[in-house]
Amino acid sequence: MSRRRVVITGLGPVSAHGLGIEPLWTALCEGRSALAPIRAFDARGFASASGGELPDSYDVKDLVPKSYRKATKVMARDIEIAVGGAVTAVADAGLRTRGTDPDNPPTIAPDRFGCHIGAGLIAADLDELTAALATSRDAAGKFDPAHWGQQGMQELTPLWLLKYLPNMLACHVTIIHDCQGPSNTITCNEASSGLSLAESQRVIERGAADACLSGGADSKLNPMAYLRQELAGRLAKCTVDEDATRKVKPFDPTSPGALVGEGGGILVLEAEDTAKARGARIHAVLAGTGASQSWCDDTVGLVPDATGESLADAIEAALRDANFKPADIDAIIPYGCGVPALDSLEAKALERVFGASIGAKPIITLAPSIGATVAGFGTIAVAVATKCLTEQRLPARLNSAGTGSLAAAAAPSESRALRNILVCTPSLGGQNSAAVISRANS
Amino acid sequence: MTNSTTSTTNKHGQKRVVVTGMGWITPLGHDIDSVWRRLLNSESGMGPTTRFDARTFPTNFSAEVRDYTIARFVKDAKVHASAGLNSQFALGAACQAWKQSGLSDFAGLNKKRVGLYLGAGEGVLDFDQYAASNLAGWNAEQKKVDGVAWADTAHKVLEKMCEVEQEPNMPLAHLAREFGIRGPALNCLTACAASTQAIGEAFSLIQRGDADVMISGGTHTMIHVLGVTGFNRLTALSTSKGDPTKASRPFDATRDGFVMGEGSGMIVIESLEHALARGATPLAEVAGYGSSADAFRITDIHPEGRGGAASMGVALAQAGIDPAARRADGRAAIDYISAHGTGTKENDSIETRGVKRVFGDNAKDIPMSSIKSMMGHLIAAAGAVEFITCVLAIRDGMLPPTINYGTPDPALDLDYVPNKARAAKVDICLSNSFGFGGQNDTLVVKRFA
Repeated sequence: MSRRRVVITGLGPVSAHGLGIEPLWTALCEGRSALAPIRAFDARGFASASGGELPDSYDVKDLVPKSYRKATKVMARDIEIAVGGAVTAVADAGLRTRGTDPDNPPTIAPDRFGCHIGAGLIAADLDELTAALATSRDAAGKFDPAHWGQQGMQELTPLWLLKYLPNMLACHVTIIHDCQGPSNTITCNEASSGLSLAESQRVIERGAADACLSGGADSKLNPMAYLRQELAGRLAKCTVDEDATRKVKPFDPTSPGALVGEGGGILVLEAEDTAKARGARIHAVLAGTGASQSWCDDTVGLVPDATGESLADAIEAALRDANFKPADIDAIIPYGCGVPALDSLEAKALERVFGASIGAKPIITLAPSIGATVAGFGTIAVAVATKCLTEQRLPARLNSAGTGSLAAAAAPSESRALRNILVCTPSLGGQNSAAVISRANS
Repeated sequence: MTNSTTSTTNKHGQKRVVVTGMGWITPLGHDIDSVWRRLLNSESGMGPTTRFDARTFPTNFSAEVRDYTIARFVKDAKVHASAGLNSQFALGAACQAWKQSGLSDFAGLNKKRVGLYLGAGEGVLDFDQYAASNLAGWNAEQKKVDGVAWADTAHKVLEKMCEVEQEPNMPLAHLAREFGIRGPALNCLTACAASTQAIGEAFSLIQRGDADVMISGGTHTMIHVLGVTGFNRLTALSTSKGDPTKASRPFDATRDGFVMGEGSGMIVIESLEHALARGATPLAEVAGYGSSADAFRITDIHPEGRGGAASMGVALAQAGIDPAARRADGRAAIDYISAHGTGTKENDSIETRGVKRVFGDNAKDIPMSSIKSMMGHLIAAAGAVEFITCVLAIRDGMLPPTINYGTPDPALDLDYVPNKARAAKVDICLSNSFGFGGQNDTLVVKRFA
């Protein structure tokens, strides 16, 4: 039984370099880093005070239909990223939707239009919540639940909870673009985006939709979410006076850790048959995906799997799904966040799959430029992989030296014949995802 | 029960998928049969909220899991020492399902072909310490939290493992550790639809050949300060005064919101081929799954029940069931609907409308009840628990009731199995879950034959 092929027709990555693929691609090729002291909150109480924050020019109000501006009041930052990514991806794919062209019939019938957006654990806005909590203090200044239940909670807007439910990313995106097909929200930390793209692939394959807005978004630039990254041992020490652009060194054992970046976004995935029928420009093919679970000695995965075996299983599953051999892969985008134990897990997995040939496969590292983008990673990585394939070019690599068996040391951008690119990531919690992106018409 | 002519694929050539194990941890108890008996006996799990001081809250009652410990279930409680409530509930439910499936004793199991797909909620934060950090950082003049002062307190009072365990993928990690699972592992969180969606997607992963066996289901508690605050502010919870066991009144004219429950439902599903090859006994067959989005409004459901009707329609079509037709013996197309049935004004009337839209004249002959009347709304875990009751209805030929049904709502005129369980011939059931945010999911489960 022949399988419905899934193609990528729209790119809407969101990163510290801004909205859309062009600013990101240009910065990656020029070897620029957007990592800088955090502006979203005063991070000087943390050992790490820098990250990859969206440019100040990013304003979700400019990115939604006028009639929808009011709803931006109930959008956590993560939702803003997904909403901006979606409108960008839809435009890039040349789709008419209710949100972009309400006066004309949509390109994709609403019941054939799905939406899968990975998300992180969204932290409440501290200023908003604390302003309410502060009204319910006892004489000693401590929180008083009796007052809160009776009165204090009224200080919160009635829709308060809806800012922070992870499925509200998809809720807003489906409303704006009228996607009435299958919709899901996958929450597996760093693997969220990759697993969401894979779910869209399955949904399109099985005929439950012809197109999906698919991706993920995450912002850890909120004190509570940031603290969780720190407690999980992810963050590099980096004061505001240090140069954050040179800090993160993926696959270099001297790397001090990661700096987090906001981001993610949306891609348009379509069935190849319906995409061709509408005359769509096909950027690339989502040729195969794979997933697995690692054995975690410490149960939760704070100590990464030292063997890389399960991430290798996910990569091999993606290769099988695409009907490829390791030799078919020309470049790799791993998570490569600069936390040595995690980088080592990825290196081990890649060595397992590719053997001695791994040294000849260029590794594309994103973290020194935009930070570790957690649930948004897979979307940005697949968008970059797609651009590498259409441009037949590798972006620059920053900062790293001495990257062992991996071709991950600092290098300028170069043109390169590329057929297929692997994107993969492990996660805190042990879920692994992998995807293979192929050049269109290959 | 089966013979050599049993086909392991359906008429479309897709793999058939069967349920081989079930378990749950609920406000009515911690094992399948005793909870099922209590449901058939119209018992309620509601009582005053004890997980935090809710006395002055608009809603101060809920359906809590009581007297529960994982020690009875897991091999080694030490490896789960940091587990939050969600993971604890999930472990108890999954251990029951795993044991019933017989996979715990199956030496030939390839754990790389066993996956997980859960609809688990986010964990519970340590509210007292969180509030203390926030208030320590509060600058009343600037009306904002001072980041440095906040971090200073937070670093002292917030515990690493409690924070890590709040990630919604942590129940996956605990179950993977308990059973050694190495196949595809995913968690979805589509609010109240999550575990129905998880089971549907787990089913689809097996059909695709990505795994032979999946543990699927959900786990959740939102019985905590910010959970109840959030739903109280949305005016989604019942604020009935008096006896909490009377508060959840789905489909009744006086219904005034849902009652929060907590717990977990877990099932083991596998390809029929895999189940038969190891001599397992299928408990039921997963026959159809449909998913849709309302794409309507942030808070309101589409008034015609468009999204729910769409997910029901897709699930029935996949199961090869024409909802408007009758079976050869004159029965309606299906035998029972496990309603989303939250007990909010809006949900119950729109769900009723959606069911009528899908089943037409058949709708009035299909019993539809809501066990949320008895165990409350388990949020992300609700769908899995309700799916399990469908399998039990098929097994025992009994339909669980909607309790507290006293005042008929003139617009709601279906058969809600009021107040008392009922014996019935049950071969095919449909289970609905609709999430805040507009995600709708439906499963069709049928007697294995």
